[in-house]
Amino acid sequence: MGISGRGLVVALPYLWLVLFFVVPFVIVLKISFSDVDLAIPPYKPLIDWVGQNALAIRINFNNYAFLFTDSLYISAFLNSIKVAFISTILCLLIGYPIAYGIARSTPTTRNILLLLVVLPFWTSLLLRVYAWIGLLKANGVINNVLIWLGVIHEPITMLYTPFAMYVGIVYSYLPFLILPLYANLEKMDWQLLEAAEDLGCRPWQAFYKITLPLSRNGVLAGSMLVFIPAVGEFVIPALLGGPNALMIGRVLWDEFFSNRAWPVASAVAILLLILLVPFMMWYQSVQARESAGTR
Amino acid sequence: MANSGEAVKAAPWRDPSARPYVEIERVTKSFGDFKAVDDVSLKIYKGEIFCLLGASGCGKTTLLRMLGGFETPTSGRILIDGEDMTGVPPYERPVNMMFQSYALFPHMNVEQNVAFGLKQDGVPKAQIVERVATMLELVKLGGFGKRKPHQLSGGQKQRVALARSLVKRPKLLLLDEPLGALDKKLREHTQFELIGLQDKLGVTFLVVTHDQEEAMTLASRIGVMDHGEIVQAGTPSEIYEFPSSKFVADFVGSVNIFEGKLLEDEPEYVRIGSEELGGTLYVSHGISAAPEAVVWAAVRPEKIFMSTSQPEVDTGGSGQATDNLVRGIVQDIAYLGDLSIYLVKLPTGKVVRVTQPNTSRHAESITWDQQVYLTWDSSSPVVVTR
Amino acid sequence: MNHRRSFFILTCLAFGFAFLYVPILSMVVFSFNASKLVTVWDSANSPTLKWYAALLHNEEILDAAWISLKVAVMNASGAVILGTLAGFGLARFSQFRGRFTLNAMTTAPLVMPEVITGLSLLLLFVALEQGIGWPAGRGITTMTIGHMTFSMAYVTVVVQSRMATFDTALEEAAMDLGCRPVKVFFLITLPIIFPAILSGWLLAFTLSWDDLVISSFTSGPGSSTLPMVVFSKVRLGVSPEINVLATITIAVVTMMIVGVSLWMARAEKIGKAVA
Repeated sequence: MGISGRGLVVALPYLWLVLFFVVPFVIVLKISFSDVDLAIPPYKPLIDWVGQNALAIRINFNNYAFLFTDSLYISAFLNSIKVAFISTILCLLIGYPIAYGIARSTPTTRNILLLLVVLPFWTSLLLRVYAWIGLLKANGVINNVLIWLGVIHEPITMLYTPFAMYVGIVYSYLPFLILPLYANLEKMDWQLLEAAEDLGCRPWQAFYKITLPLSRNGVLAGSMLVFIPAVGEFVIPALLGGPNALMIGRVLWDEFFSNRAWPVASAVAILLLILLVPFMMWYQSVQARESAGTR
Repeated sequence: MANSGEAVKAAPWRDPSARPYVEIERVTKSFGDFKAVDDVSLKIYKGEIFCLLGASGCGKTTLLRMLGGFETPTSGRILIDGEDMTGVPPYERPVNMMFQSYALFPHMNVEQNVAFGLKQDGVPKAQIVERVATMLELVKLGGFGKRKPHQLSGGQKQRVALARSLVKRPKLLLLDEPLGALDKKLREHTQFELIGLQDKLGVTFLVVTHDQEEAMTLASRIGVMDHGEIVQAGTPSEIYEFPSSKFVADFVGSVNIFEGKLLEDEPEYVRIGSEELGGTLYVSHGISAAPEAVVWAAVRPEKIFMSTSQPEVDTGGSGQATDNLVRGIVQDIAYLGDLSIYLVKLPTGKVVRVTQPNTSRHAESITWDQQVYLTWDSSSPVVVTR
Repeated sequence: MNHRRSFFILTCLAFGFAFLYVPILSMVVFSFNASKLVTVWDSANSPTLKWYAALLHNEEILDAAWISLKVAVMNASGAVILGTLAGFGLARFSQFRGRFTLNAMTTAPLVMPEVITGLSLLLLFVALEQGIGWPAGRGITTMTIGHMTFSMAYVTVVVQSRMATFDTALEEAAMDLGCRPVKVFFLITLPIIFPAILSGWLLAFTLSWDDLVISSFTSGPGSSTLPMVVFSKVRLGVSPEINVLATITIAVVTMMIVGVSLWMARAEKIGKAVA
């Protein structure tokens, strides 16, 4: 197929993405430098006519300055990273054994287990988070069961706490960690473990020295798939976290919808993007390494 | 062994006025700095079964793909039936290929697979039906038309692939390791079937293989390839009995190679002194080499006679009693049923391979550690200078 | 370790799947609870289907579902076209101008937080409206465009990974038999990778159907999708109709997944038998 033929095939998706994915970011950047305005849309234009023959470019760094000086935003960023990081670790602790268990099963069991992992993934995230509201609230299922069993006498406050938020994030993102990790573990040569045991290695050592290092790409890919979106997560903090759960995704939403402060929201988005781009690039390089390894 | 039709029996490659059907003119294919095919020239004649034989990585598959149009030569020309086809894409060439993995379309049944090429050419429907049916009969898959590839055995899939590529009556059929995926018995059977089919249809075949037995059985001519070059091209017996280099001698069949120096160089004979052998070889034909040159004498295992008592050597002409004779100890024996392979260690340390057919069921067998005498005809060694 | 199934692993698997499914099952169970409080079991009147009946008459939810359906179908169909082209191109052509960019653009949406994508899309639509007058206001069109942009990234991944295991000899054989490259794609490649394309369509459909954040940013008055309606309800607390909705969703998804898996297992068996 000639070079021109190739170009045509990819031209359509390429142009689409440039127009609807890349250009919007440029616009966000532009608006992050503009002033708030009581108008529709609620920002002043960047380039404006001043008098007859002069153009003024108004680049306002106030929005960024505001973000850096106001402690609310700084804590929101830091808290988001902290929450995402802890959630990633929790997902790994819960998800790795699951992925490992599935990879080691017989083919028929494996398919059933995979189906069971994938099923929640296809069910709406919103509904699954809603389920936890029902479980965690004061007269929710967990409290009712515990009271009924006599373990406690007063309901424990679980909903609208950071605890609930962690549960929600781990719960929602678990399949995102299990699936790429499983894909990686599935390709492993289990005879390596047998060889190690034959040479005197105990099972846990074999896992630590052989399985874990070889599954590195899967672990990284899965972790990135949890960490990066979790930093900017909005729905879960909004529904489970309560007013004190300060996550940057929620801040962005509130700035945009509640405060109508589009320029500030844009600045938040840009900073969040800058924060996450290194991780996204890391993810891409991990993926490239993984696919190069399988060729 | 290759029965490739009357035209080929006349050995057109020896006739300088014969027009080649496929001409590969100084073709080179480079991938960056690496030359997969290095300045190869070859003439293939109509009705031949030509085999490109070589180890993996020698460039034979690249050359095949260039003939099929899947790669373009970096330099050089390819002519088919007089027309320059060098830059022509595969769908416009009168060439068809039988792929190593068969590449049958899994979503079509056998009939549709075989008919595919004819449909692309716009052949009328009635004709397609007829030609497909005839071709399936020819490959002995008469009632299999409606089956899907996943319902076929390996041998059956191969025949469908063959039918699909032959139904268009191409000028040249390329076969990429056609028998590699088959087990031994099926392979032998299919080899003869292929020859019969080719003879009947008169199509020119170009086969690529690493299996020298396959090449020897199928080919009217073999081209041995190494590192992107054709090191020797000739009929199977020419390649086997008159290899032009150590490489070819060693590659096709097994061989014993003795390094030595020319002691006497005459038009009708040469005598070679070999330290490896620990003796002299008398070869009853002249060779062209510089005086005192280092040469190699190649002797095939089946041409060495082994006996437990000192034999009478036929010295022929100016040979001496000590020519073409050595002693050794039997080190190893491999019994293969129809023949046995003996590894005989000479006093010099060199191990010589000897094969003997087991002509008698109760022969007094030669056993391990037995002292034996090895001798051979003065016409048996092939002397190569590289 | 093939036969010595680790006790530790088994317990982890058991707890893991319990963790995944207890919330889902609790939602299903309580959809049959007569009490409006949802999680307090009203044994006198339960189990009941009254909330199921109520849902079927809830205009707000039904309208939103219809809008979601329209957007999801259009999105899936468009995303499949874009994603198949991109996935095919990335897998088949090892170098072309802009390959790095295309690769980056099709992997970024997979990980990027939706608030960023949603915000940027809205700002684009506003700027476009100001500049060239289109799109006039936001609604189904803008939502569909927004969904397609991130859905196609998923479809690209699915198609690209299918193409990685695709036997190129099949395409070469077709060309060898006289078929031109474009025809080869439609006659040979597409039919064979169809299961992957179908699963891409389903994936894009589901992503769009469930999407909240991007929909919220790109929707307009009167074009609320189902997740948007659910979200506004759920913010206020539990609601039995949501349990019913959840149960129906889970039932449909389960049937679809089981059905598609069985079909794909059969197709794979056929595919594997080919050399």
